[in-house]
Amino acid sequence: MTEPLLVFPDPPPPELVRTLDLGGYNWKAVGSAQEPEGRWLGAVVAVDENPEDAFGFCRSLNRRGLDIPVLLLISGARLDELEMRDDLYTDFCLTPFHQRELEARLAHLVWRSGTALRPELIEYGPLVLNVETYQATITGRPLDLTYMEYELLKFLASSPGKVFTRETLLSRVWGYDYFGGARTVDVHVRRLRAKLGEEHAGLITTVRSVGYRFGLSRWER
Amino acid sequence: MEPQKDYVLRTVEERGVRLIRLWFTDVLGQLKSVAISPAELADAFDEGLQFDGSAIDGFSRVQESDVLAVPDASTFELLPWADPEEPSGRVFCDIRNPDGTPFEGDPRWVMRRSLAKAAEMGYTFYTAPEVEFFYFRHGDPDQPLTPLDNASYFDLTTADVASPLRKRTITMLEAMGIPVEYSFHEDSPSQHEIDLRYTEALSMADNVMTLRLVVRKLALDRDLHATFMPKPLNGVQGSGMHTHMSLFENDINAFHDAGDDYGLSKTAKAFIAGLLHHAREITAVTNQLVNSYKRLVAGDEAPTFVSWARNNRSALVRVPVVKPGKESSTRIEYRALDSAANPYLAFSAVLAAGLKGVQEGYELPPEAAADLYTMTRGQARTKGFEELPMSLSEALDVLEESPLMVDVLGEHIHEWFLRNKRAEFAEYRREVTPFELRRYLNTW
Repeated sequence: MTEPLLVFPDPPPPELVRTLDLGGYNWKAVGSAQEPEGRWLGAVVAVDENPEDAFGFCRSLNRRGLDIPVLLLISGARLDELEMRDDLYTDFCLTPFHQRELEARLAHLVWRSGTALRPELIEYGPLVLNVETYQATITGRPLDLTYMEYELLKFLASSPGKVFTRETLLSRVWGYDYFGGARTVDVHVRRLRAKLGEEHAGLITTVRSVGYRFGLSRWER
Repeated sequence: MEPQKDYVLRTVEERGVRLIRLWFTDVLGQLKSVAISPAELADAFDEGLQFDGSAIDGFSRVQESDVLAVPDASTFELLPWADPEEPSGRVFCDIRNPDGTPFEGDPRWVMRRSLAKAAEMGYTFYTAPEVEFFYFRHGDPDQPLTPLDNASYFDLTTADVASPLRKRTITMLEAMGIPVEYSFHEDSPSQHEIDLRYTEALSMADNVMTLRLVVRKLALDRDLHATFMPKPLNGVQGSGMHTHMSLFENDINAFHDAGDDYGLSKTAKAFIAGLLHHAREITAVTNQLVNSYKRLVAGDEAPTFVSWARNNRSALVRVPVVKPGKESSTRIEYRALDSAANPYLAFSAVLAAGLKGVQEGYELPPEAAADLYTMTRGQARTKGFEELPMSLSEALDVLEESPLMVDVLGEHIHEWFLRNKRAEFAEYRREVTPFELRRYLNTW
């Protein structure tokens, strides 16, 4: 189990910490949804301490398109507040919770987000490419790409920081028998940059008289 | 299934696309569209969508009127202005006969054929047009035209009220994968220019069609009227579509030669010679309206004589100066084209004229150093400069006699175009113009 669970708030209630540690979970507490980068197994959100912030946290997970299962810890007195919030969580557990029940629910949660069920994603900063569905998003906004634009971006984003010559890109993305030469690559990089928008166009940089690089160079990182 | 088609079908499903617009272009360069539901898209890819072509300009034939629209999956784009709740997409189509062979009245097929010829010679053809157009308060021909502003070239003042509209247009174009190099207020009141970054000529023709729609649509959203009519206002310059072009042999710019004084290769010189040699023959296609010839007059940034030069904006073909280290951007600019041309046919015509020069090894005449605008016809003729046709009628006469253009357009389009355009000119000839009334009513 390599990917950690997200836990809210920071610090989490002590009884939750105890259960997670006893269960051998890899976890990380965060105070806002802006922080977590990378891939997560799921999220455990303790609602009772500050319900408004907790639901806000869930909403921003949604907005960022993280698409991970969310387990709420909530007291029976607050069950009413779940109404109209079905989109914010996957499952819940009543507080004070029974340690065995929470473990069982967590195990189930983890099963749900098992890698076999997860789409294969390529992620870099604000960019997410879903290899199965061919969809790409930038800061959660869908990018409308043509097939060749998508293939080119996928190839570049699979090796961030690496510089590719136009010839390599042409042969790997278009195939050796493609007629048209490396100008084709330049044209498609321009189209991609246009679609990424001014703010993100810099994700693909031109390396003078060599070719193109996606993301920061190995030295800048 | 081919990955391109698979990709489009998948995107349609994932994004919940409700409607797919099949786009194609008639012989005159008008965009046509038929919408289908996602369920029909897979069939359209495989078998094409059958429709009656007889109502489309230039598609009509005597015996068989049914044709197929076959979507070109590589051109699928979601329309950025569509309601996000009901996404819709567009895809350009090739037109085929019911037996699956290419339909000879399809301008996209004309372009494909021309590009295949270039490919046989080892070339890819890139173009970068500078599209000019006007915004007006309305599109009612019976009312006096009212420009939005009286700003001028490169103005960035409050006088340029259309600037936010132009900006929005560019954002839309870029979202559809059409990179814009520059955009600015042009010389005339309410006249604007959008320069597209070069791309391979078929995609560029698609892009020009898209651009015209986007410009018009966004203007309409604000109750304004955008027009690509070549010369809407008297006394100010009209809307051209100066087009930069280059040939590439794989990764090498075939127009560049470092050892030449002009930086031009033998191929480039022969290509320019071809353009000049056949300029009069292709003019009916690059400038296809009665109105086009009111733009091609001396002094309005438009060419009148068949000529070439480096830094002379009165020339028909201009060779822009290339910055050191940017040799791969060596290119030539054809300045007759206007914004109302059918881009598929016009790009095909200039390509064919140029390639003819390369094939036959035409000699390039000397550069036109003098300002051609100040020259009289007599002076120009003694210096060996031919005139571009002065009217649509004259241009059609030359087109009719051109074996090159029969070859480029194919017999079907060549014949139909002549017939249609002769009718347009005949109608125009019958009309009494305001000029005549102003000039003659009280004198005679």
